[in-house]
Amino acid sequence: MAELTYRDAVAHALAQEMRRDQSVYLIGEDVAAAGGVFKTTPGLLDGFGADRVRDTPISEEAITGLVMGAAMTGLRPVAEIMFSDFLATCWDIVANQIAKTRYMTAGQVTMPLVIRTANGGGLRFGAQHSQSVENWAMMVPGLKVVAPSTPVDVVGLLAASIRDDDPVVFFEHKGLYAAKGDVPEGEVVDELGTAKVLREGTDVTIVALAAMVPKAVEAAGRLADDGVSAEVVDVRSLVPLDARTLCESVSKTSRLVTVEENPRLCGWGAEIVSIVVEECFWDLDGPPTRVTTPHVPLPSAGEIEDLTFPTVDRIVETTRKALG
Amino acid sequence: MVTDMAEPQDRPISAVGQRPDADTRLDLYRMMVRMRRFEERAYKLFMRGLVKGTSHLGTGMEAIAAGAAVAMRDDDYTFCTYRGHNHTLGRGASMTALLGELMGREIGVCGGKGGSMHLTSTEHGAMGSYAIVGAHLPIAAGAAWSAQVRGSGQVAVCFFGDGATNIGAFHEALNLAAVWGLPVVFVCENNLYMEYTPISAVTAVPHPAADRAAAYGLDAILIDGNDVEVTYEQIGGAIARAREGGGPALIEAVTYRHGGHSRADPGTYRPSDEVDSWLARDPIPTYRDVLTSDGVDAAVLDEIEADTDAEVDEATTQAQASSPPSPSVIERDVWADGGAAWRN
Repeated sequence: MAELTYRDAVAHALAQEMRRDQSVYLIGEDVAAAGGVFKTTPGLLDGFGADRVRDTPISEEAITGLVMGAAMTGLRPVAEIMFSDFLATCWDIVANQIAKTRYMTAGQVTMPLVIRTANGGGLRFGAQHSQSVENWAMMVPGLKVVAPSTPVDVVGLLAASIRDDDPVVFFEHKGLYAAKGDVPEGEVVDELGTAKVLREGTDVTIVALAAMVPKAVEAAGRLADDGVSAEVVDVRSLVPLDARTLCESVSKTSRLVTVEENPRLCGWGAEIVSIVVEECFWDLDGPPTRVTTPHVPLPSAGEIEDLTFPTVDRIVETTRKALG
Repeated sequence: MVTDMAEPQDRPISAVGQRPDADTRLDLYRMMVRMRRFEERAYKLFMRGLVKGTSHLGTGMEAIAAGAAVAMRDDDYTFCTYRGHNHTLGRGASMTALLGELMGREIGVCGGKGGSMHLTSTEHGAMGSYAIVGAHLPIAAGAAWSAQVRGSGQVAVCFFGDGATNIGAFHEALNLAAVWGLPVVFVCENNLYMEYTPISAVTAVPHPAADRAAAYGLDAILIDGNDVEVTYEQIGGAIARAREGGGPALIEAVTYRHGGHSRADPGTYRPSDEVDSWLARDPIPTYRDVLTSDGVDAAVLDEIEADTDAEVDEATTQAQASSPPSPSVIERDVWADGGAAWRN
């Protein structure tokens, strides 16, 4: 067991997979010589050479198009899009080309690629470098969507994403890069489409993703002080979605609170609420509740940015209200 | 002047392609005739309501797709646009599978899920027809990157229209392909109109692709896209050079579509004398005259045409006889496991 930061876990996973499979390549802006602007890829250029770890120009369409063409023809490439906000500049390639081509060609094409990207806020970067856009990807048929909350999940889920034969958009949370956690020695591979129950409870299920997970865990601790037993589930993978684990938890606790960093409309929590209402309605003791960022583009100043995203206080209050 | 744009530039690319030998000349002719007869049939089927949606015919532009296809190695990659019937046929996809796809039948090359704008036959190296203008240039560069690092010697040939030269993906792909020395040949089919608008009215330079080549350190190559021997030599030369590690090329082949942009467009915005001058330069009868004046027996060419007519008729019959796709395929082939499940 070694303690790694979430940031180091990225390079750890990439190195693990590049050692194992010669068809894994990494490209992106500043990923090679500079080791990534978030320092998520240091050492890979030295370890695997300039052929397999390549810097690109600031050309997001070229980066995503390149990994698509390469994935169609025998490679298993990984692209870094520096900030997830920049996905908007190459959304045609991601949403129209990468996501749809297998379907449109009746399965003639396989697309084993990963687009890694730094998602989410909390770093005072303002509205164009802080968004949580996992729901953009979630609503496009043909994309898998993964967002880990801990270093060990970064390693296991990134490895699983690289080995997956379908395109995966892998959202790393930039607010978590400094977080530390234990990662077992040796090969670590997880499974996409599996949620994780992080804390068991009986009164309410709190479902969270990425940077909202530690907040949900902290909120559950505070609720416990008041005698409320909250179960915390880390979704980890939005597509495929482990609806079974979510429904089992809600059926047990009879109440659901989702905690989402994305703005209100069409957030992933709405889909989970919809599933729970359709499939576990008779197990519910009250209406499911969503805690989200308000439907705003995001401010920069620390004092207000922190209050824009769901806070531990807001999760605790909302959960108390949900419990009546 | 539009006609000036069609004059081949006297600056040949460094690795000059080979002149076609006698057999290759017949291959070039046959390829163009098959493309023309296919498009004519597609148009008829459209008018009879058997092809739905839209279609973008390549009638008049066959010399580019044919010259390239004959020059390519079997395992090379083709990436083309929504005007991609000629290119996909040229790589070897069957007329039955292509007409079947246009008609939305089970026998279609994409099982009825792609349609006219998405013809793909990966077993023939036809890696897709892309319907968002310019998107496939970086994708073709990606296939070339893959070929480069695998050391396979394959080359990607990417066809696109003049309109694509004003979209960002064109410039991103050209720059990266040049920086990485990728084995990709970008072929701009300049048919002088960006949909309904003359390309010259919306482009800062007279030659939308060739005049941009210098920005990426590439030779400016402007060729007559209606002369199949020119396209064969020049595109073939660029392919040969790319295969040897010479990096990418950008070729602008000037041509003209005989019809409108798509099914919905009669093309009336084009001056009739311009249309007439280009119809007089139709690549197929023009090449037939070249061949016969060089001593090729007209009966040989007649036979190619008759064989093609029979092939188109047979393909039409087979495609029409095929059923529409089964509803069971709606939720198939989203994922590599063959399914569409997004949850457990």
